[in-house]
Amino acid sequence: MNIIVCVKQIPDPETPAASFKVDEAAKKVIPAQGIAPVVNPFDPQATEAALRLRDAAGEGKITVISLGPDSARDAIKHALAMGADEGVLLNDAAFEGIDNFQTAVALTKAIQKIGEYDLVLMGRSAADWDMGVVPAGVGQLLGIPVVTVAKGIEKNGAALKVERVLDDGFQTVETPLPAVVSVSNEFGEPRYPQLRQIMLAAKKTVQVWSAADIGMASDELGAGGRWLPLDALYVPKVESNVEIIEGDSPEEKARNLAQKLRAAKLI
Amino acid sequence: MPGILVVAETSEGAVAPISFELLGAARQLSAQGGGSVSAVVAGGEAEAKALIAHGADSVYTADAALAGQSADASLAAVEAALQGSGADIVLIGTTSFGRDLGPALAFRQKTGIAMDCTELKFDGGRLRATRGCYGGNARAEHTWKAPLQIATVKPKSFDAPEADAGRSGSVSATGAAGESKVKVLGVSKAESAGIRLEDAQVVVSGGRGLGDENGFRALEELASVLPQAAVGASRAACDLGWYPPAAQVGLTGKVVSPNLYIAVAISGASQHMAGMAGSKNIVAINKDPDANMVKAAKFAIVDDYKKVVPALIEEIKKLG
Ligand SMILES: Cc1cc2nc3c(=O)[nH]c(=O)nc-3n(C[C@H](O)[C@H](O)[C@H](O)COP(=O)(O)OP(=O)(O)OC[C@H]3O[C@@H](n4cnc5c(N)ncnc54)[C@H](O)[C@@H]3O)c2cc1C
Ligand SMILES: Nc1ncnc2c1ncn2[C@@H]1O[C@H](COP(=O)(O)O)[C@@H](O)[C@H]1O
Repeated sequence: MNIIVCVKQIPDPETPAASFKVDEAAKKVIPAQGIAPVVNPFDPQATEAALRLRDAAGEGKITVISLGPDSARDAIKHALAMGADEGVLLNDAAFEGIDNFQTAVALTKAIQKIGEYDLVLMGRSAADWDMGVVPAGVGQLLGIPVVTVAKGIEKNGAALKVERVLDDGFQTVETPLPAVVSVSNEFGEPRYPQLRQIMLAAKKTVQVWSAADIGMASDELGAGGRWLPLDALYVPKVESNVEIIEGDSPEEKARNLAQKLRAAKLI
Repeated sequence: MPGILVVAETSEGAVAPISFELLGAARQLSAQGGGSVSAVVAGGEAEAKALIAHGADSVYTADAALAGQSADASLAAVEAALQGSGADIVLIGTTSFGRDLGPALAFRQKTGIAMDCTELKFDGGRLRATRGCYGGNARAEHTWKAPLQIATVKPKSFDAPEADAGRSGSVSATGAAGESKVKVLGVSKAESAGIRLEDAQVVVSGGRGLGDENGFRALEELASVLPQAAVGASRAACDLGWYPPAAQVGLTGKVVSPNLYIAVAISGASQHMAGMAGSKNIVAINKDPDANMVKAAKFAIVDDYKKVVPALIEEIKKLG
């Protein structure tokens, strides 16, 4: 079973609000001092799913793709250290400023160039733009089925059985292969690479492909080629008007709160 | 004629509340010059009537059976309605269905989609959408390059128009047949004792600071002494298996906007706030005076919830 996993490097989504800053003129997030970028938190879950499927099948190759700057190599290395086999970094100045739609086109072209795949795994969404559209895009562009927000994935003969998380419960579906499946946090904790695996990963190959290597024309690229132009990016203002409820004991605080809530007709 | 197409959803055989919120958004855009409002629904006369009463000028109906299938089965019906109406704006709910249908539709139509929008404006003949990003830390405004503009709308962002049984509109069947290669084998609904989280007037939510799942028993008891109350949870608490994912509030969970939100041992990460910042009144119970949730609250108690919550239950009982 040959699996392609797409991983993205993003600013740490746990960055405290106080350290989160935006350059409004450039419409870009200013990297927070001392907080390194991370792999999008849902993507190691996609890699974990790939590893479990490969191990269950007893054969197959896992190729990891990331589109991003030079530093995105770290996101690929992380997946290789988890146990994936090979990496492809899509890296080109022309990718600067592109949106999720152009990204989906580029990933699709890279997947077509890799050629042999039974399954494409992704995270349910990337925690920078919080869009969750690339899995659907790659599926549509490749003309293969898409299953999103997976919490469990199992091979079922020639098909794949996927348990999904819905707004109000769970759903089990079956899809033929090849397919795109996006994975959610409910899938469970991904394995953590050990030092020995990190060292082994250093020997695995990471190819670097440019826009031209995957056959993307320059007019499709850059911020000018966005399908969804970005007109403004800013940090909304929040002000605090909290009233801390006083009291000598937790019980007294609770009594004071109950009275305040009653006075405000909230209970 | 440009116009706005609302993709309606049904839940348990009736039009879902999010669809009426979408009509509220669509009527606002229409009033700003966006054109007439049509809707497409997997349902029949009854659903069409409800949609017209809430603001649709025309309704396209499709096979009700589509509702139980994979979202891509509905693409043909939505595209038929798009053709029929000539709409250049499509509004979809940010729900399990909309999160799947919207992006698939956008890529098929070779246009962008803005997900989870909180504000929409019709400006100079075009749509302008505002949405949260970076976990809710930032806001982005978007326009579209292609003529067709598709957006999913975050629940609770727009008011549903009052139903007006006197409104009239046209109804036509799309006749579009849909199918998906993805077969639904089974569904299990999360059982919710009592009121739905999204409909509750009071939400009592617990986080990782509860320490274990027993903490949720205390919160359930607190909810039981408050009218119209339901229990929610942070993702950390759900991931630990202390409460079901269907109770998760936040960016990747439910959006709630109750009159009163009581956050117990929740730090207030931006991704959690994205699901409850619209609450009319927030109460925080947290050991940490610097917790973001404390800052966002109207009232806060800085103390151990284990002592505060039982006392609060007793005090509320006393007040009657
Ligand atoms: C892409 C993405 C999507 C996400 N989506 C969501 C989402 O939808 N919903 C969501 O909730 N999170 C979401 N998160 C996770 C989010 O970033 C936080 O990690 C999470 O909300 C933290 O949960 P918490 O507040 O329960 O835990 P913590 O941040 O660990 O906070 C625990 C709090 O409990 C307090 N506490 C501890 N002990 C006590 C005590 N005895 N009494 C009183 N207070 C106590 C502490 O002071 C602290 O403030 C998402 C993250 C990412 C990256
Ligand atoms: N630049 C990228 N490189 C590799 N994978 C990506 C990239 N952007 C998005 N993805 C994949 O698509 C998923 C959903 O991203 P998005 O649609 O941008 O929210 C992510 O979890 C990744 O698996």
